Parts: sequence; structure tokens; C-alpha cells
Amino acid sequence: MKPISLRTVTTEAKLLLIGIPVLVWTLLPVYNLFLFSISPKESAFAGNLWPDHPTLHNFAVVFGEKHYYLSHFWLQLWNSLLIAVTVGVLTLIVATCAAFAISRLKVKGGRAVMNLALFTYFIPAAFLAVPMYKTMGNYGLLNNQWALILAMLTIAAPYSIWVLKQASDKLPYELDEAAKMDGASPLQLFRLVYLPLMTPSLVAIGTYALLLAWNEYLYAFLLLSNDRQITLGVALGNFLAADDSPWELLMATGLIYALPPAAIYYVFKRYMVGGLTAGAVKS
Amino acid sequence: MSTVAIPRVEPVLPAGPKKRLSPWQAWGLILLTPYILVLLVFVFYPVGYGLLLARHPESYVRLVDDPIFSRSVVNTLIFLVIGINLKMIVALLLSGFFIQARTWIKWLSLVFILPWAVPSIPTILSVRFMLNPEWGVINHLIFKLTGEDGPNWLNDPTIALSMAILMHIWKSLPFWTLILIAGRLAIPGELYEAASVDGASRWQKFRFITWPSMQTLYLTSSILSMIWTLGDFNSVYLLTGGGPADLTHVLATLGIRYLRLDQVDLSMAAIVCALPLVLPLVYFMMKRLSR
Repeated sequence: MKPISLRTVTTEAKLLLIGIPVLVWTLLPVYNLFLFSISPKESAFAGNLWPDHPTLHNFAVVFGEKHYYLSHFWLQLWNSLLIAVTVGVLTLIVATCAAFAISRLKVKGGRAVMNLALFTYFIPAAFLAVPMYKTMGNYGLLNNQWALILAMLTIAAPYSIWVLKQASDKLPYELDEAAKMDGASPLQLFRLVYLPLMTPSLVAIGTYALLLAWNEYLYAFLLLSNDRQITLGVALGNFLAADDSPWELLMATGLIYALPPAAIYYVFKRYMVGGLTAGAVKS
Repeated sequence: MSTVAIPRVEPVLPAGPKKRLSPWQAWGLILLTPYILVLLVFVFYPVGYGLLLARHPESYVRLVDDPIFSRSVVNTLIFLVIGINLKMIVALLLSGFFIQARTWIKWLSLVFILPWAVPSIPTILSVRFMLNPEWGVINHLIFKLTGEDGPNWLNDPTIALSMAILMHIWKSLPFWTLILIAGRLAIPGELYEAASVDGASRWQKFRFITWPSMQTLYLTSSILSMIWTLGDFNSVYLLTGGGPADLTHVLATLGIRYLRLDQVDLSMAAIVCALPLVLPLVYFMMKRLSR
């Protein structure tokens, strides 16, 4: 048996002294969300740390669309999913093509486009929201889900192109030379050499764009207003319209809305954290 | 043999199809076109149109006359100075905590990313609910512990803005901690071992090894964080809604306020006023990343 010295105990105690507040700080809002979603309406406001009678009733109400605020729950969940997946796919297509053209084909003007993309990436999206809203109005796209899809594509594409270009620059150029020597066309190089080698980055970028679109609030609530077209995120914000909102139902819906992206984040954590960190640390 | 043949083939190629675009350049242009279209239709046009709407000098006169505007500028500066410094210093300290080799700290780090992984809408609304003076958990606890009523959190502009800053920190702290953890892990361990042999204290190790290796990363992170904090719409809008009495607006939410009031020119003018602050930061980041 190893003797535990006083020194070890103090070190561990000090670490716990940091760890416990960090845990409480991190979990408090999430726990509150969870707590209210399993509390019956009457005891939701009792202020207990655990409800006397935990229930799944709130989820039954949400799934059954049995409340005025929830009358289009399934449709709005579907809207969120449809928009997020479309943005993910479109961003992947646009960004992969652009990164390939800039990094591998060394297209003229590619560097300028890359700089413009970076510029767009760093302008805060909230500043572009009002002009984007007016623009979509001019294009006649307001209240059309394509408005949100295209706006999110615009926001997601610059970072995606940059990440894919960084990853793509790391592939050895001998591959391209060899393919050229064998008489491959640019498209064959793209399909047979480039795409297979880039798969991990493509997964990361697809997930990034998908989560960005699913989590978006500002653009979604500006560009869509009809109850049958809004995303679930906007529907959550709409609960705030009245003071007597059913908070326990809002929390239950919020939990349902939060679970898929959180699950995706943890599943793809290796890609996400790696990619994001590499991007920021490199400089 | 073949290695000799390659250089001989190369010079022949450019001499041939000089007049037309090579197929590689042509395909490059075709593949780049979708993004160029996105840029033209959804970046250049909106920006140009926005600047057109913001061209009247009288918009700026009305903007400066609006007390909410000056209040928002002050709020934005407070938000930036306190929010970013507090967040980055805590992230720097926590990155030192999370690199300790303990199983429980590894598990804690997984939980710690939760605010970053979860969408902000439900968690911000959850905090808004926690802070409700009548039904919220916080005031319940205060009442249980002290027997007194807690403050009316979101009805006091100072407290409400502080809560919005804390909300922002809650959401983005995990990301910056991860970045700084990566920075710390990149420092060679031998440096610390050598310092230990020389009898350096923990502060000296931080002062002479950790900080010099991390300061560039810390500065870049702070500047990037500044840009993102300027654009943080959700933490303010979903928590306080700009209230009470429009006293907690920041530049990111002010544009939406004017849009709601149907004063698009003021909305655009407010954004143009923020550009002198944003553009140097953007330029700095572009310089760093486009190398």
C-alpha cells in the first residue's frame, strides 16, 4: 500500500476546489432546463432541486401538440432538420469545389476569393442581418425557407472553404502530378484522388454547417415568420411573446431541440475540436 | 529512366495551347463559380445596398440624438472590455487546471464543453427563467438561505447587462479554454523539467515558460473573441430583450431594434458607426490567417 502524503491530499483538495465550482457553473442552466421539463406544472415553481413527482407528461403534451404554442411542433422540428441538412449539403458542395479550385488547380484569382471569404467570415453575422433581410425582401424570398438556407450557406461557406483549403494544401502535390501523367482529367482527379483523401475534413465541415444552421436564431426569426415555416428554434423564442407562457413546456421543447446537436457534437468531437483548434492555433 | 523523362515533357506543354485556357484553369473557374455567385448575390449586393441605405447624413444626426444609441455604444464597450478579459483570464487559468493528468478531470472536461455543444436558445431561456424574480430558482435559493427577497435581476439595467455578459462567458468559455489547452500542450515538457531541476517556483514557470509561449495565441484569441463578442446577438436579445426600457442594447441588437421600429436607415447607420471598430480587427485576423 502506498502511503498517502499530506502533500498529495492538499493538491487533490485544491484541484477539487476548482473542479466543483466549474461543474456547478457549467451544469446549472442545463440542469434547470432538464428539471423543469420533468416537473408537473403545479410543482414547477416550488424551487426544489428534484421534483416530488417527476413526470414525462410535458413531453407527452409536446409530442401530442396539445398546446397553442406547440400546434406545429412536428412540422417545425422537420423544418429545422430539413434546413440544417440542406445547408450542410450545399455548403459541402460549394466549399469543396472552391477549395479544390483554389488549392489544387491553383485557379487565377483564387487567392483573392480566399481573402474575400475570410473577410466575410470575420464580419459578425449580426451586422449583416439587416442588409440580408432587406436583400431577401428585394429578391422576394422573405418567408421562404430558401432565404434562410441561402443566408446560412453564405455564413457557413467562408470558414468551410478556409478549413478545406488548409487541409487540402497538406496533400502531397506528387499525387496530382502522377494523376496528370496518367492522363487524368481535373474531374477524375477531384473524384478519385481528392474526395477520398479529404473525407475526414468533409465530415467535419458538413457537421459544422449543419449545426450552425440548426442552432441559428437571429436569421431564422428575421427571414421566416409563418408558423408553418419557422424552425423549432424560432418557435422556442416565440414562447416569450406572453408573460404567462407555459415554461415547463418551453423547457421540454428546448430539451428536445438541444439533444440532437449535442449528441452530434459529442459523436464528432474528435473532428470538431481538432479542426477548430488547428484553425485558431496555427496562427 | 522515367525520372529523366519528366523534365523534358514539362517545357513543351505551356508552348502549345497558349491561346485558350488550359483545361485545369477552365475547370478551376467552373468549380469556383458557385461560391463567387454566393459572394456576389448574398455578400456584395447586401453590403452595397446597406451602404446605400446608410448614405444620408441626417440618419447619423438622428442616430446620435437617440439616447439609446449612445447607451448601446457604452454597453458594447463594457461588454467587450469586461466580457473578453474575464473570459480569457479564466480560460487561461482553467486550461492549466484541465491539463492535470487525472481521470476525473478528463470526465469533467467532457461535461465542461456542454455549453458550447448545446444550442444557445434553450439554455439562455433557461437562465432567463432561473433569474425570474418570482419563480426563478436563484431567488428561491436566496429566500431559503437568507429569508429575504432576491433582486429583480433583469429589471435593473446594470444587473441585466452583467447577466448578459455572464451568459456570453458561460457559452464561449469552453471553446477558448480548449484553444488555450491546445496551446499549453504544445509547450515541450522538457522546459518544465529543466526549470524544476533549477528549482523554479510555479509562478516562475508560468512567467518564464508558459506565458512567453502562449502570448501570441492569447492575443490572437482575444482579438477573434472580440469580433465574435461584438456579433453576439443571442446572449443579450434572448436574455434581456434589450430591456428594461431599451437600456441593455448592444450594437448587435440595436440594428434589430431599429428594424422593428421600421427605421432601416438608422439600423444601417448604427452598423456603419461600428465599422471603424470592426474593420481593424478583421484586417488583423485576415493577415494572420491568410499567410
